[in-house]
Order: sequence, then structure tokens, then C-alpha cells
Amino acid sequence: MDLVAINLIDGLFYGLLLFMLSAGLTLIFSMMGILNFAHASFYMLGAYFAYQISLYLGFWAGLLIAPPLVGVLGALIERYGLRRVHQFGHVPELVFTFGLAWLIEEVVKFIWGNNMMAYQEPEILKFALFHIGSNSIQAYKVFMIFTSMAIFIGLLFILTRTRIGLIIQAALSYPKTVEALGHNVPLIFMGVFGVGTALAGVAGVLAGPSLGTFPGMAVVLGSIVFVTIVIGGLGSLWGALIASLLIGWMTTAAASSSFQFATLLEFFGMTPPADLDESYLRDLWTLSLPQIGPILPYIFMILILVLRPYGLFGKRDA
Amino acid sequence: MTGIPDSSSAVSPANGNALRSSLPWIVAVVVLLVLPQVFQANSAITILNQMMITIIFALSYNMLLGQGGMLSFGHAVYMGVGGFFCMHVMNLVEANELPIWLHVLPIFGGLFSLGLATIVGSFSTRKAGTVFAMISLGIGELVAACSLIIIVFFGGEEGISGDRTYFKPFFGVKFLQQNEVYYLIAFWTIVSALLMYLFSRTPVGRMANAVRDNPERAEFLGYSARWVRYFSFCGAGFFAGIAGALVAINFEILTETDLNLGKSGMILLITFLGGTGFFFGPIIGAIVFTLLQSVLSLQTELWQLYVGALFVATVMFFPGGLAGLLMMHQPAMRLGNLGLLVVPYVNTLIPAAIGALGLAGLMEMLFHVRHAAVGDIEMRLFWITFDSHTILPWVIAIATMITGFWLAYRNAPKLRE
Repeated sequence: MDLVAINLIDGLFYGLLLFMLSAGLTLIFSMMGILNFAHASFYMLGAYFAYQISLYLGFWAGLLIAPPLVGVLGALIERYGLRRVHQFGHVPELVFTFGLAWLIEEVVKFIWGNNMMAYQEPEILKFALFHIGSNSIQAYKVFMIFTSMAIFIGLLFILTRTRIGLIIQAALSYPKTVEALGHNVPLIFMGVFGVGTALAGVAGVLAGPSLGTFPGMAVVLGSIVFVTIVIGGLGSLWGALIASLLIGWMTTAAASSSFQFATLLEFFGMTPPADLDESYLRDLWTLSLPQIGPILPYIFMILILVLRPYGLFGKRDA
Repeated sequence: MTGIPDSSSAVSPANGNALRSSLPWIVAVVVLLVLPQVFQANSAITILNQMMITIIFALSYNMLLGQGGMLSFGHAVYMGVGGFFCMHVMNLVEANELPIWLHVLPIFGGLFSLGLATIVGSFSTRKAGTVFAMISLGIGELVAACSLIIIVFFGGEEGISGDRTYFKPFFGVKFLQQNEVYYLIAFWTIVSALLMYLFSRTPVGRMANAVRDNPERAEFLGYSARWVRYFSFCGAGFFAGIAGALVAINFEILTETDLNLGKSGMILLITFLGGTGFFFGPIIGAIVFTLLQSVLSLQTELWQLYVGALFVATVMFFPGGLAGLLMMHQPAMRLGNLGLLVVPYVNTLIPAAIGALGLAGLMEMLFHVRHAAVGDIEMRLFWITFDSHTILPWVIAIATMITGFWLAYRNAPKLRE
């Protein structure tokens, strides 16, 4: 029972982190039809910027300053990079963001080097908030969970209840009409890209201390974020939330289980081969669930794409 | 786009046409035969081998991206899997002393990858665009992760190694030397490049272009866009498998890094750098990238940064890639006034190159100051040793950079005219 509770909290933590990334990504996709491969790189930049700021001004200043910085950088890249590439077509756009991801990683290595940064959570949140069995739950984790929930509610409120949100929603479906009504659609695009990357920046600032700030952190989350928004349905905020939580719980549950596939095989009446080291099926017999945990989301995504290409909550085809 | 020059050349007499279209191939064969005589050093041969393998791989990737309009993020899977299979064949030959020539091995690799491609393609080519890209990404991650789990086939983290010398000697050649392998790879490079070129000329290859540009219209003409994509996909898988087999022969070891996402991304980069619009684009990309990789990486630790910057700049300013850039000069060449372009080019490109060198020098010094061991203040750059903590080299680098770029900027408008 304790283990289940711990897993639920850990999964929530990971899922909400994924959600902060995938929310921005799915917003950007539904606006411009671009799958931004550099999205996780902005997440990494958020962590590094916040680290650099926290050296001088402390953690909280980093949390406040770094995301807008990342957002401005994202908006500039949209304005001077993506918009230029947009005229060449869809594939060059994707390739551009792909190259950008490469370039950002190299620039980060150039400036900060290959090692992990000593980016730490603030002292005030460095204590165990409560205990479940023998496991303690860090206050920082809880803080992160609540922050990302607040962001989701705020985002939902802005998108559905405010004037700006309505214009954005209109520009999603009928950009031409919205432009004809006198709104500056390219500016809206730039703004959405900026906000999306700033969200990724927030995720980076929050995740940096707990998951580590190093040049590979974009790659670690890079493709899983895509999996999330594809499963949730491209362009759907709710879908992104559900899929993030699903993946969060799925991977943490798999990682902490001790299930061996051998038991399943024995259940079906198979016996292990006498000479396990020589058998061609030896990998099947030694396979355990934690081993395949990281690839479960990918299997899930491929199944979704084959069976239901618009994702769980998507309205249109990917 | 590509159909227009062809229809005009088809009007010309048949034998002249055949000579004209086979001329590049004859030149390529001669160049490949002569190259090892020019560069006899072992390291040069190694680079050439790697280059040729990359050429096959990039060409097969362009069957998807350039000709079929399918953006794949997992093409290295087919190369890697073919290579791993060949490794097993190689070990089998060694264990059982089978009388097989090494030359045949790439066919095994190609067929195995073709098999995988027929399975994956059956569901991934239903749609092009994002769905295809995402499925390829998923498969890529899946196979890369599996390669660490399924140790029987992929050998886990240390990979699988073999020995190519146990094959039946080919007229006395036992493939102990790099340059013996060179001719084998050269043979397969020519054969597969030619086959891929001919594939792009078949009705299926032509239809792949049509489906890329307008799938709806192709469907109305009675072609199944899905089947056309499927054929291109299988073909690309086959040739990627051949490239993988050559990797197995050349390096005699395959690991997870030969099929992971990084490799897939690299081949996308190479193909796009060279240019997806022309058949020879990926060849240029492969040559340039391998040279950059092997020459630049010896000189500087920052080579990936430079390559990344070059790549982003290519996408932004020359979406046709290097091949597109070259072909822009074709009209001028036909009119015979290519000579007019020389002076503006010299005026712009030389200062730009100087500026770029200045910038690179600046980056190197910055990098050295930040990351070198404490107390290590000497650095070597452009064959000069100096102290990176004094002010003079910085001034020189900044001055070169600014003058270079300023001159290039001033002369650039003349180039456009």
C-alpha cells in the first residue's frame, strides 16, 4: 500500500513535469502546425539560466527571471528563424527545429561544459514534508506538483475565459478570418511560441534541481514529450494532461515493480530451457518489467498512431 | 520540377542522351579507382571508406525524404539492424567455414533490413507527414532500447564484433588491409547508387515524387499513395541495410550507437545539408560532413558546434542545400557568363571567410579560457602558440572578425546582382 502511494506521488511529479513541457508544445503545434523539436532544449535552457541567476540572486529570482528570458529567446527565434523558414514549407520547418535542438545543446556545452551543474533546491524547501511508511516525501516535490497544477489552471483560464484566449482559439481554427478582423496574427503566433517556450523554461527551472542540470537533459525528455502529445491528441490541452499523467504513472509503476517475465511464461505452462546461457530465448526469460519500462510509452504511441491516429482527445488527424 | 529538364532531354537523340547520362557514372568509377592511389595513407583510406558508406546511407535516406517526402527520425534502425545481422552471418561463416565471398554479405544485410522495412512500412506508410515522422521516431526509440535488452541479437552495450578474414578468399584477397576493403565498398557504393538512381527513374520512383507533391491528385489518377510510399520505404530500408553491412565489414563491430536516434538525426542533417532536391545532393552532403567530422574534429573540440551552426544556416538561407546552391549557377553556366560572377564572389567570400575565422578564433579562445585546466594558459590556434589570457590575441580576433564581416556585408549586395 505504501509503495502504491509513493508511486502515485512520484508518477504525479513526473507526469506534471511532462505536462508543463507538452502543454507548450501542443499549443505551438495547434497554432502553427509545427512540431517543435527544440522544445526540450528550451526546457534545458530554463534550467541553466536559472542556475546562473541563482548563483547571484538565489533560487526564487531564478524561478521568476529565467522563464521570461527563455520565452523572449523563443519569440526571437520564431520571429527571425522559423518565420523565415516557414516559406520554404513544412519539412524544412521541422528540420530547422531539429537543427536548433542540436545547436542549443552544443552552445550549452560551449558555455557551461559537459559536467552536471550544482543547481540545488532552496534551503527552505529542503526537508521531508511527510512520511509514507519508511519513505519520506520531499517538500520540493510537493511544491513542484502544486506549481504545475496552478500553471495548468491558469492556462485553462486564460485560454477559455479571457479575450486574448478567445482570439488565440479563433486564430487556431481560422487564422485568415481573424487576420481579416484586424488582429495581428503573426504577433499572436510569436506570442504563443514565446509563452510555450517560457512554459518549458518553467519546467526546466523546477526540474533542474531534482533531475539534474546537464547537457543531456533535453535528450532525456525530448522524445518522450512528443510521445505525450501524440498520445493525448495533437493540439489538445486536456489530452496532454491526461497523457502526461498516464505516462508518468506508467513509467514509475514499471520502474518500481519487480515483475519478471519468467513468471508469466511459467504461468502459461512453459518451462525454462535447461541451458539458459545457450538458449536463443534467454533474454525473454531474464526480462523484467523495470527493463522495458522506458519503452512502454513508445509502444503505446505506435499503437495509438496505428489504431487511432488523432490520439486520445484529438479532434483532427495528426 | 525535376520532370521538366528530363522531358526536354528525352527529345534529343537517344545515343547522345545515353552518353550524357552515363558520363557522371563513368567519372565516378574512375575517381573511386584513382583515389586510393592518390591518398595512400591508411587514415585517408579509412576516411574514404566511411565516406562511401555514408553516401549509400544518405542516398537511401533521400529516397524517403527527397523523393518520397517522408521525414523519418529512425532511419538508422535499418542500417543498424542490417549490420547486426551481417555480423551474425560473419560469425556463422567463421564457425562453420562456409564457402562464401565477403562481397555477397551486403545482400544479406539488405534483405534483412528489407524484411524489417516491409513489416514496419505496412503500418507506418499509411500516412505521410507527422504520423509517419512520429511512428519512425517511436520505432527508432523502441529498437534502440531493445538493442540493450535483447542481448542475443544486439549484444547489449558492448555490441557484436566479428572477423571478416574468415570468408572464402576472393582470388587471393583476404581483406586484411584497409585498401582491399576499400575496393569492396567502392564496388557496392557504385552498384547501390546506380540502382537507387535507376529506381528514381522507374514509374514507381516517378510516382513517389507525385505522391510527395500532391497525394490527393495522385490518388485521383488511380494510384494508391500508400503503396507508392510503401515501395519507396522498402527500397530505402534495403539500401540502408547494405550500408549497415558495409559498416560491419569496415569496422568489424556494431553497437547501439549505430542505430540510435543520434545516428538517425545525423543522417537527416547530412542529407539536408547536401540538398534533398537533387539526386547527387546527399552525396555532396556525405562527403562534406565526413570531411568536416574527420578533419575538423582533429583540430578543435568545438566541431559539433560549428557543424550545428552550419546546418541551421543552411536550412535558413539555402533550403536547397549545397546541391541547390550549385544548381543555382546552372543558368549562368548555360549562358556562358559564369565568369562575371567570379569578381563579386571573391570580393564577398574571402572577407566572409576571414571573418568566420576570426569568429572561430574568438570562440576557441573563449572555450579555452573557460574550460582549460587551471594554470594552463597556453593554447595553440592556427599553428601559433600563445597565451590566451593576454589581451592581444583577443583584439586581433575581434578585429579580424569585424573587418571580415563588414567587408562581406558591404560587398554582398553586388553579389545578388
